[in-house]
Amino acid sequence: MLNFTPSLIIPELYMALLLVALFVQTVTDSIKDRTDWLAYAALGGVVVAALSMSQSGMMFYDSYQIDGLSQFFKLVIALGLAICVLNALRNTTLGKTPRADYFFFMFMSAFGLMLLSSTVELFTIYISLELASYSLYILLPLRNENPRAVEGAIKYALFGAVATAIGLFGVSYIIAGQHTTYIHELATMNWSFAEQPMALIGLGLFALAFLYKLALFPFHFWAPDVYQGASNETAAFAATLPKVGAIVVLVRLMGLDPGVEVKIVLAVFATLSMTLGNILALRQTDLKRLLAYSSVAHAGFVVMGLVAGGAYGLAAASYYALVYVVMNLTIFWVITRLADDGRDIQLHDLKGMHHSTPLLAFVLAVAAFGLVGLPPTGGFTGKLFLLNAAWGEGFYLLVIIAAINTAIAIFYYLNMVRHAYTMDQATPSVVPSTVIGASVALALALGVLYLGLMPQGLFDLLLQASGALLL
Amino acid sequence: MLQADFPVLSALIFFPLLAAIALVFVRKDETIRMVTLAAGVVECLLLLPLLGFDLSTADFQFVERHVWIAAWNIQYYLGIDGISVLMIVLTVLLLPLCVLCSWSYIGRRVKEFHICLLLMTTACVGVFCALDFVLFYIFWEAMLVPMFLLIAVWGGARRRYASIKFFLYTLAGSTLLLVAIVAFFIAGGTFSIPDLMSQNFGLPFQQLTFLAMALAFAVKVPMFPFHTWLPAAHVEAPTAGSVLLASILLKMGTYGFLRFCIPITPAASEFFAPLMIVLAVISIIYGSFVAIGQQDMKKLIAYSSVAHMGFVTLGIFVFTFQGIEGAIMHMVNHGIITGAMFMLVGLLYERSHSREIEDNLGLSRHLPIYMGFLLLFSLAAFGFPGTNGFFSKLLVLIGVFEASYFLGVLFIIGLLLGLAYLMRLLLAVGWGTPSKGAGWQDINAREWAYLLPLLAFVFYLGLAPGRALNIMGPSIENLLHNFEQHRQVSDNASEDILRTWRQPPPALIDPLAKDSPNAALLPRTATLVVDHAVTPRTN
Repeated sequence: MLNFTPSLIIPELYMALLLVALFVQTVTDSIKDRTDWLAYAALGGVVVAALSMSQSGMMFYDSYQIDGLSQFFKLVIALGLAICVLNALRNTTLGKTPRADYFFFMFMSAFGLMLLSSTVELFTIYISLELASYSLYILLPLRNENPRAVEGAIKYALFGAVATAIGLFGVSYIIAGQHTTYIHELATMNWSFAEQPMALIGLGLFALAFLYKLALFPFHFWAPDVYQGASNETAAFAATLPKVGAIVVLVRLMGLDPGVEVKIVLAVFATLSMTLGNILALRQTDLKRLLAYSSVAHAGFVVMGLVAGGAYGLAAASYYALVYVVMNLTIFWVITRLADDGRDIQLHDLKGMHHSTPLLAFVLAVAAFGLVGLPPTGGFTGKLFLLNAAWGEGFYLLVIIAAINTAIAIFYYLNMVRHAYTMDQATPSVVPSTVIGASVALALALGVLYLGLMPQGLFDLLLQASGALLL
Repeated sequence: MLQADFPVLSALIFFPLLAAIALVFVRKDETIRMVTLAAGVVECLLLLPLLGFDLSTADFQFVERHVWIAAWNIQYYLGIDGISVLMIVLTVLLLPLCVLCSWSYIGRRVKEFHICLLLMTTACVGVFCALDFVLFYIFWEAMLVPMFLLIAVWGGARRRYASIKFFLYTLAGSTLLLVAIVAFFIAGGTFSIPDLMSQNFGLPFQQLTFLAMALAFAVKVPMFPFHTWLPAAHVEAPTAGSVLLASILLKMGTYGFLRFCIPITPAASEFFAPLMIVLAVISIIYGSFVAIGQQDMKKLIAYSSVAHMGFVTLGIFVFTFQGIEGAIMHMVNHGIITGAMFMLVGLLYERSHSREIEDNLGLSRHLPIYMGFLLLFSLAAFGFPGTNGFFSKLLVLIGVFEASYFLGVLFIIGLLLGLAYLMRLLLAVGWGTPSKGAGWQDINAREWAYLLPLLAFVFYLGLAPGRALNIMGPSIENLLHNFEQHRQVSDNASEDILRTWRQPPPALIDPLAKDSPNAALLPRTATLVVDHAVTPRTN
């Protein structure tokens, strides 16, 4: 039955309301560029999402599930959106684009991702994904008519469309094999390759659409161009939240326990992804491009948790998703602060930060060491959980390669810190510091450390959520 | 003991951290130095409760144990025994001395420097206190960042190269340590080190984990052929950085052998002992020969450290009581002596602005007190009777001879080579011509202040080593007793790494067992998922 209970979906309703307001703004010439209120609105979204953490229930003919997992990811998305909005409010590269339009699409994309974290029916998942993606396709090229931005955006849109089309094609196989599109019904089906080859292939193709979003090798090639092309503020959004959306769907799909064949394929992809991502990142000098390759490597790490499966593996993957988002938002926050004119930050732009902006240099160091996975940051704790889960399931080689990858990755992250702390610029650059800039940076850095030192509560929550997923 | 519930170890670990945070808000350079010095003295006072250390037991003392991450059975678990307590004392005592020896050496970015020093102390004390493997790894890795900054920011001309090399070597070495830790958890169901010591793992599993751990520790020691980061790092680091490196960081490697390799993987330790002994002997002979040829004083001492740490490793892996006793003593003694040697080179550098021997010739006429210190510490480094170096080397020698005459002979060759490089240094710096030291100031009051305590320890541990030996005695006996019992893998040793694909992970079941030592610490949340995590779907 329809079973429409508005109290369950307050975060979504809140977002919808904001979208209406933004839409009105986009068609009203006199207030098109007055978007400062969005900072408070987005922070309100975090509060709303946090307050509805404990909700649970089914809606819309069982295609929309409110559970621990969905509420956790909604909170992550709301939080990420708030940071991205705070960041993008000072976007200097929008040119003639009305600010309201820009934020309309950003919020729309986040809205789609919120829906994505609750949908439990394949077509609903698909539509939510498209809602999130199409808004992002429009958002990416908005950068002073920068040709690189357009190139990246077209690449992302074209391949993205193909990837989602393949995903849709996969759904048709799943329907043909299992005669249903509801995940909770699919969970009771047999997913062994011997008996349901078609359905399993269909599942693989469907997952492909999300692996593309996650930028897992071999679907990673859009990431460097999109990261570098898009403006810093947009890249901060595109680098973090869509991946969260992809991860939540993949967690739900892996909850089907699709068997060893899928896991081995994913394990191979994960291995290649982390190794190639890290090796390619070694040579980058453009910071956003470097982070793109690092995100390819991190996608491999998340998939390691998915491969391990089980409550612990899925919880570890979800926890790592959160850590990943916070770490990336932190480092992008530093990038946008440094590039006050919206330029692409190169490695040598980091020189002398210890002198010009000691706080940002510290925050950068925390984020960089977090991304490497050095204790006591969240990166380490998240990685430890993933390694435990994967080793417990017998993926020894995967764990060893993942650990060795830390040693490869350290060089380029350390390089950032080295530029920031040990080198000086001939003409010291002046980075204007604002109260918001400094306090959010500090809060994010403390967040990275907090996730590393106090993972207990969140992880228990995720363990329960993913345990419930498997029942 | 002070109060039973006073968290002595936590206070020792986190007081420097708090001091570092407080330092962020201090502005003037002089004030920063004073504050850090005061913090160092307070930290030393915090050592006083350790006087209550019970000499009659091998159990871990001053234990603090709290659940930290229940889902994975990770604990905040601290405790010390006779092996670690001396290292903690050494670490803490060096903090104020490091502040003093950097007083005029560090002229820029003073605040960051002292923050790094304090963070190093936190991490180092943490490493020696941690009894949970994850906690240990956190401190172990956390140490890298401040040490990296110490070298990279305040180092010499090639500091960027040296700092990156240091970081890459040590991090790459310890990545597999993390894998070993994870493997222990899955196989043994716990991260608690004392609990892991009582388990009996299969031989292939022990061998693989031993190698993974030994790599991390061997890089840190450093043993030949993983030693190449050390001379670079030592030469470029500022004096305080060199002192910390030589006196504490290197000891963590050998401490790792004693704390982890031998108790947790005894059979593998015995299996690989010949390999470790060969590498240790190569480290001794090779390190000494290379030290003989050095022109740079810091490099000379760095290579001599490779040799000295070879003595320690050798003492450990002959598995005799005197050998291990001597090894631990020598860890402390080498920390004192080499720390002092680096300080002496550092204060000479402040006068001559060169670390080359030929720029510092013939100082006995102009700097007699300095030469006196150099002579005494060199004699201690060589192991002259009456100094601390003599005693620890003698113990190792007895232990080694007990194990093998051949090794004993090699050991003595190593000792003689030590005499060669030290005498060469002393002759040139003391009586070489042409004499350089005209107009240089001899040791000033501040330099007296940080050299005298170290000299006092040289003689105290050289003439009355009994107390130190009493402290470590029970722990070593216990270590060897357990080693004797577990060196043969019993038949019911737990499953090894070569388990079949996708068998249920024991770690996710074990902690829930009623008889598990950790059952009380476990979360209720874990119960709900465990069945599901391990049983394959049946439909």
